[in-house]
Amino acid sequence: MRSRRTLRQGLMWAWPIVPVVGALVFTFGMLPLFGVNPFEAMEAFFDGALGDLPKRLNLLAFWVPLVITSIGLLVTFTAGLWNIGVEGQIIMGAIAASFIALNVKAPPVVLIFLELTLAMIAGGLWAALSAVLKTRGRVHEIFSGLALNAIAVIFTNYLISGPWQPPEGGSFRGTAPFQDGALLPLFGDSRFSVLSLILALVAFVLVFITLRGTFWGLKLKALGKNPFSAYLLGVSSERETILAMAFCGALAGLAGSIRVLSWFDSLRQSISGGIGFLALLVVMLATYRILLVPFVALFFAAVLRGSTTLHLRTQLHTSLGGILTGVMVLFVLLFGDPKRLGLFKDKKDGDGGGPEVSGRPVDPFGKDIPLGE
Amino acid sequence: MRVDLKDIRKYFGPVRANDGITLTLEEGRIYGLLGENGAGKSTLMKILSGYQPQDSGDISIDGQVVDFDSPASALAGGVGMLYQDPHDLPPFRVIDNYLLGRDKRVRLDYADAERELKETMGRYGFILDLNARVDTLSLGERQQLELVRLLAGGAQVLILDEPTTGISADQKVLLFESMRKLAFEENKTLILVSHKLSEVQELCNHAFVLRRGQLVGQSEVPCFNEALVQMMFGQIPARSERVLFELGDPVLEVDNLTVSDRRLTVEGVNLSIQAGEVFGVAGLEGSGQRHLLQACAGLLHPEVGSIKMAGADVAGWSYHHMQKAGMAYIAAGRLEEGLVAGLTMTEHLVLAQPEHSYFVDWNGARQQMEDRIDHYQIVGRPESTADELSGGNQQRLLFALLNSPLRLLLLEHPTRGLDVQSTNYIWELLYQRREDGTAILFMSADLDEVVERSDRIAVFFGGRMSRIVKASETSVEELGHLIGGQS
Repeated sequence: MRSRRTLRQGLMWAWPIVPVVGALVFTFGMLPLFGVNPFEAMEAFFDGALGDLPKRLNLLAFWVPLVITSIGLLVTFTAGLWNIGVEGQIIMGAIAASFIALNVKAPPVVLIFLELTLAMIAGGLWAALSAVLKTRGRVHEIFSGLALNAIAVIFTNYLISGPWQPPEGGSFRGTAPFQDGALLPLFGDSRFSVLSLILALVAFVLVFITLRGTFWGLKLKALGKNPFSAYLLGVSSERETILAMAFCGALAGLAGSIRVLSWFDSLRQSISGGIGFLALLVVMLATYRILLVPFVALFFAAVLRGSTTLHLRTQLHTSLGGILTGVMVLFVLLFGDPKRLGLFKDKKDGDGGGPEVSGRPVDPFGKDIPLGE
Repeated sequence: MRVDLKDIRKYFGPVRANDGITLTLEEGRIYGLLGENGAGKSTLMKILSGYQPQDSGDISIDGQVVDFDSPASALAGGVGMLYQDPHDLPPFRVIDNYLLGRDKRVRLDYADAERELKETMGRYGFILDLNARVDTLSLGERQQLELVRLLAGGAQVLILDEPTTGISADQKVLLFESMRKLAFEENKTLILVSHKLSEVQELCNHAFVLRRGQLVGQSEVPCFNEALVQMMFGQIPARSERVLFELGDPVLEVDNLTVSDRRLTVEGVNLSIQAGEVFGVAGLEGSGQRHLLQACAGLLHPEVGSIKMAGADVAGWSYHHMQKAGMAYIAAGRLEEGLVAGLTMTEHLVLAQPEHSYFVDWNGARQQMEDRIDHYQIVGRPESTADELSGGNQQRLLFALLNSPLRLLLLEHPTRGLDVQSTNYIWELLYQRREDGTAILFMSADLDEVVERSDRIAVFFGGRMSRIVKASETSVEELGHLIGGQS
């Protein structure tokens, strides 16, 4: 009995592989319709992402901010919040870091410390604004997030075409390159910085411990699953909502600063490159499990990096990468929950559903936080 | 139309919501359907109105067995139900809502609909601005719109579920007039679902009483309130003797309290509960008991009057503030308002404890939860999640999460779903709290429990609290009077 139970739990744990493989088969299975050999396409993908060392380093450079953002989103998802505004929080972090990089003269260590700190504060405040709009203004975080995203984009455009435009005139493309000391130390001539990897590792450990072992993490979990019961148990929904959003925003801001300080060398028009939205997909595909997040993020990064080479080799449009990730998320949402599909049912438990796999929050879809007065 | 319900059964898992109900409704009469919350009234009416299917049993209309698979098909068959919360589309105009239920053609004929709507409204004295958006209407006005829509849809049998909750006195008079007109002049069959005895007495010809899914009695009305109360609650045994307990200083003092929510205003409540005292509140569901408890918990703030806990003025304190000051509240909905589905018992305990360190001592908490599982006789392990527990065990878990000592303990239906033995055990544990000077204020739908467990009792009726009676000196007759709204 015991071993059957463990086997069942093991199968449930490994289940997320199923929709992923399903999506791969589905997407590549379509390629022959367009006259492309799917195996050739896969090889092109693989080469484009991991073909040689510079490519691998650039993949890593793309992956780091994606992981940091995804890890931050785990915190808001745990609290039952849909932090769509994460994109804007990345941008605000990038703007804050650029402000220091363009205006402050100091030794590199001080400069970088200031850039990263201010980026985290800016991202955190931008997210907290969304949270306060929710708790005080009763605006759902999805809508305030979308609005704040738009404002952040417009603000970037204003800066690069106005006050921060390069001396040779505004081109609407970006600011002048930052001073050398302002950039993160890069590895060789790639865009990858070891420092950013260390920061990602710290963020990972921090969130892992917070969600597993701290009282705050438990409060967020309760809040995400049942806000009113959590309130009655003594959890202040307003405080925790704001803190969870600010925490995620700070990590998103950090990711934004890493984008401007290593991937680019200046503030650009589309600074985030959609990393925020991508991170939302990463977390959903990882079924809200922190241990899966780095791998899913790596997979996503590889798909997107690989699609460029794919285009060159097979004439397929680069958006195939986006299609693949999109299909994958749809498959996960449709088939990702084995219990909902009626698989692995424990006879003894009846219809009530088997025991929850620990650390797996409920699907936060449709969760709204009614705030107790 | 004559409606026959024959041996209607509907089970939800182990719960027998309708357990073989047989009754007959004649045309041209108004019927009252009485029963406490959970007695099976709503289930029965939802079955009759096509909202959900019965497990077994037959519905026949004018002798023909019918099978409604949706509210629309029920309405086509002549049965319409007016729900407690109107099923309309708030952002639309009145006329659009009316048309949505009516017009099956592609082109909307506003002029025709307007004439029709005005004519029906005029017959019952309803006045609505046809171009007003539904969300600007009062609940009573939305009800009128819904009623007109059902009538236009051809309803001959009309079910009204708690129609007087949340509407004004004038609207109530108008509603009752139109109901009489529908029944006595237009020969329709009306069913009033209610737990307000006075309304049934005032309006109906005949009352059916449900309890625990069964039809336990019926009577022509008006009749004596006590007869109906006794059918609703069953026989109440005499109170057993209990050792006297020396009461302490007042813990809770409520003075001239007024609180309200959307549906009900509770006015002029005065009471004082001493340390070690158990104060029971009875009354039909929704008469204001819950408002009192929530006001004392800091969940509803008083509009008038004061609340003092242990001498301190706590009116306006937040729930969390009250909690820190030694108040605990167990609400009726276990998994909705109290427990978190998906969290383990240990996690609940950690959340509920007054002291917290930043890092959780999971081993210590688990140990402690194990002790409490023993003490409160919960069937489950510390890592069982709240939703894996049975209802009775969820209730025990709520008690296990209480801290000690407490000043004030507020309980809604403290032993609902527990068997006799567990009920006795839980009350034993509650009585032990008197030693700490805890005052207990509880409400229960179970009159037995209120009489048996309390020192003093008050009854709520329509937002008013009755005089306070001593549990040892009261009688079934007296409580029956109070529950029915007589003093």
